[in-house]
This record gives sequence, structure tokens and C-alpha cells, in this order.
Amino acid sequence: MTGSVDLNARLAEILERIPYARYLGVRAELAGDEMTAILPFSQHLIGNPTLPAIHGGVIGAFMEMTAVAQLSVSQVSGSSGLLRQPRTIDVTIEYLRSGRPQATFARAAIKRAGRRIANVQVEAWQDTRSAPIAALHGHFLIAPRDEG
Amino acid sequence: MMRQLAPQVLLASPHAAAIGMEVVSIDPAEAVLKVRFRPDLVGDPDTGVIAGGVVTALLDHTCGQSVMAALERYQAIATLDLRIDYMRPAGPGLDILCRAHCYKLTRSVAFVRAQAYDVDPADPVATAQAAFMLDANSGMNTAQSAMQALGQGPAVAP
Repeated sequence: MTGSVDLNARLAEILERIPYARYLGVRAELAGDEMTAILPFSQHLIGNPTLPAIHGGVIGAFMEMTAVAQLSVSQVSGSSGLLRQPRTIDVTIEYLRSGRPQATFARAAIKRAGRRIANVQVEAWQDTRSAPIAALHGHFLIAPRDEG
Repeated sequence: MMRQLAPQVLLASPHAAAIGMEVVSIDPAEAVLKVRFRPDLVGDPDTGVIAGGVVTALLDHTCGQSVMAALERYQAIATLDLRIDYMRPAGPGLDILCRAHCYKLTRSVAFVRAQAYDVDPADPVATAQAAFMLDANSGMNTAQSAMQALGQGPAVAP
């Protein structure tokens, strides 16, 4: 079974392999099997310069990536072994507060992972986890490599 | 007037500019935007397809632009929610286009439908349904200014 150090390395590798994750600057940290994704602030993430606020699409993309990374980590730590990168089926994003120009964090909770479909909820926050700036609820295809 | 403003509004959004969003066309209550394929926007290195997140940002932004194109005067708008269905992966190395239509405006809310596609609008990569709050700043003058004072402003995007 994979140790936590290996999982951290594996997680970094997963994110490093996604060009768009590198472009946004997404990082992640693991505490046991619980992952916190981190989006450090950068000027190219701004959507509305007058407020200023982080682009809603960036926050949505960040939360989607958090769900995919959490699923990948859970798959690696589970008995099923290495699988293909999970594919997004649908997401519903709710915007709760403006994303201010500072670091954003996100955690994903896998509500159910079946054989092919996973149901995941993500929350993103900045200063206070109890005051989330956005939430995502999505379905992901987690079929192993030899299927579709 | 909103039609002429659109390209400037687009360029004024650093993230839209950073991922290379372009205006294809703006018509009343309708916007078509494009993101050109770039290697650093790829989501799955095994397939070389543009990241779902880029499609998310493009859908969000195009939906917002279609609301702008539906409004008589400039108003700050804020995305309330955005639902996206991913029908299929985009073709490897292809640009992504998005057409959004603001099909209903009420006094305070705009409703939008959008499709993202690579080649054929009838064969979308993803479809979206979004709701926007209108005049987001006027709300800020009252109840939300108090929230902002507490460091909890409204979500204003794009």
C-alpha cells in the first residue's frame, strides 16, 4: 500500500502533468487522505479589475481541478490502483462571494464513488473556511483505463 | 453601445486576455467568443485536449458578455450559478468557441444558455445554463456594503 509521502509526491506529479494546472499555479497539500488545493493569487487570474476580483471561471476551474485531484488521490490510495484521469460529466457552480486578490483554498468531499461515476462536492474559501466564496457539485467518470 | 464596448470590456479582464479570449461576434443578447488552442491550456497531457477549466472560464465569460449585450445601459453583473454539462472531449489541438444567449432579463436577474464547441455548433463539447444578478453594485450600496465591511463582498464575475 502506498504511504503518505508517496501520495504527496503522486499528487504533485498529477498536478505537474496538467499544463492548465501549472498555468493557474494550482498546488495541493495532503493531510492523511484529505487534500487541500491551493491557488496562490496572481494578476492573470483577475476577471474584474475594478473590484478587483478573481475571474469566476478560474474559481470554477480551480474547484473542478480540486475534485479531479481528490479523485485521483483516492484512486491511488484505494485498492483499484492507477486509473485514467477522471473525466468531468457535469458541474454546478454557485458563486457566494467575490474572490478577492489573495490565495484561495479548496477541499473536495467524495459523496459517493461507484464503479464508474463519482459524486463530488467542493468548497472554495479565502480567509475563513466557514465563509466559502464558491461551491461546486459535480459528477465525474472514473472508469478504469480499459473501459470507454 | 454595449456591442461597441464588448471588445474593450473583454480586454479589460486580465484573465480573459491571459488565456487569449477573442470576440467573434456580439449581437443583441448574444455573444460568440473564442479561445485559441495553446499547449499551456491543455488539461490531459495524454490526449492534448484543452482543459475543462478553460471551457468553464470561456462559458462563464461568454455568458456574462451576452448579458452585457442584452442590457440597455452598463450595469455590474455577478454570476449566481453556472451549470455545465460536458458532452464530449474537444478535439486535440482545436480552438474552442462559445455561443451564449441571454434569453430572459428580469429587473434583477438575467438567464443565459450557452454552448461550447470546436467545429460544429450542433455538436457541442459542453452546454451551460447560468443566472446572473443585475446591477450587482447597487446592491452593494445597501445590504452588501455592510457585508463588504466585514470582508464578505458579493461574487462579481467575470
